[in-house]
Amino acid sequence: MYDAMLAETVTITGAGGDEIEAYLARPLGPGPYGSVVVIHHMPGYDEPTKEITRRFARQGYLAICPNLHHREAPGASPDDAAAASRAAGGVPDERLVGDVAGAAAYLRGLSSANGKVGVIGYCSGGRQAFLAACSLPLDAAVDCYGAFVVGTPPEGSGLTMTPLIGMTDRLSAPLLGLFGAEDQSPSPEQTAELEQALRKFGKTYEFHTYPDAGHAFFAVNRPSYRPQAANEGWQRVFDWFGRYLSA
Amino acid sequence: MCTYITEKIEVDGSGKGPTGWFSVTDASVYVDHPQHAPHEHTVNIDFLNPGIGPSARVALELTEESALALIGAIQAALASAPPGLASGRR
Repeated sequence: MYDAMLAETVTITGAGGDEIEAYLARPLGPGPYGSVVVIHHMPGYDEPTKEITRRFARQGYLAICPNLHHREAPGASPDDAAAASRAAGGVPDERLVGDVAGAAAYLRGLSSANGKVGVIGYCSGGRQAFLAACSLPLDAAVDCYGAFVVGTPPEGSGLTMTPLIGMTDRLSAPLLGLFGAEDQSPSPEQTAELEQALRKFGKTYEFHTYPDAGHAFFAVNRPSYRPQAANEGWQRVFDWFGRYLSA
Repeated sequence: MCTYITEKIEVDGSGKGPTGWFSVTDASVYVDHPQHAPHEHTVNIDFLNPGIGPSARVALELTEESALALIGAIQAALASAPPGLASGRR
């Protein structure tokens, strides 16, 4: 089977018509392929997130990860850019939606695309994946331990995140949620509350909460990595996208 | 967990980053996931000069014990010097 792929940095048009950097990984076959927008975690547009993006390409998806911190720190290293974004109060919700819309449009415009686009995000990106799926027409969404979909950041944090649970009725895509039982951001109580809202509005969803796992259990370069939860989680992700992003 | 709480102060001094010395004007302190330290959470301290750009940054990721020891060491060092010796108003 032909399995060549290409990964490269590209420029896409994000929110407000801004040109931002993004990391694109795609199989080189003729397709048609489903597409995935990868939303990076709060520590930034880093190597492990690029590895995740390549993993989707290897699995047969056109995948792109927009650099959400590009505007605060063009050309800076991902950790410096993340610190600058954090000091500025985080990524504004409206800008996130515009950047994901731009990334999705870029993927749909590739000649090997089948037109279906999913979104996946980790940590703060999990919240942003939910936000994108409530704001844009998408075909599948995966929220990996996103905090503040339910609940608000502590007072005085300087961050402007608002809870998103009120947007649940606008969710445009089937939602897969992957969480750690030992996580407090989001806590099992908060994911249960989100589940209730999804049920209330008749949304298609699946939630899996892994025991012995906390926040960031997919992060292979961090002590929070939990191989069993991550391996099972990856399988769930590929099943989900296989189900909803096929032509 | 991501605490999201960032303490920000203005500072007056210098720091040495990857490209050499620069004036530091701001500092951020927050407890969150580190980029590099082999712990799930650390006390993260950034010394910054946003006027130069986001790369003008000296970053530390310390365990809680180390951060508290650092506070003690700073206080002890200041206590052993004549009051005001290192003041910015001198």
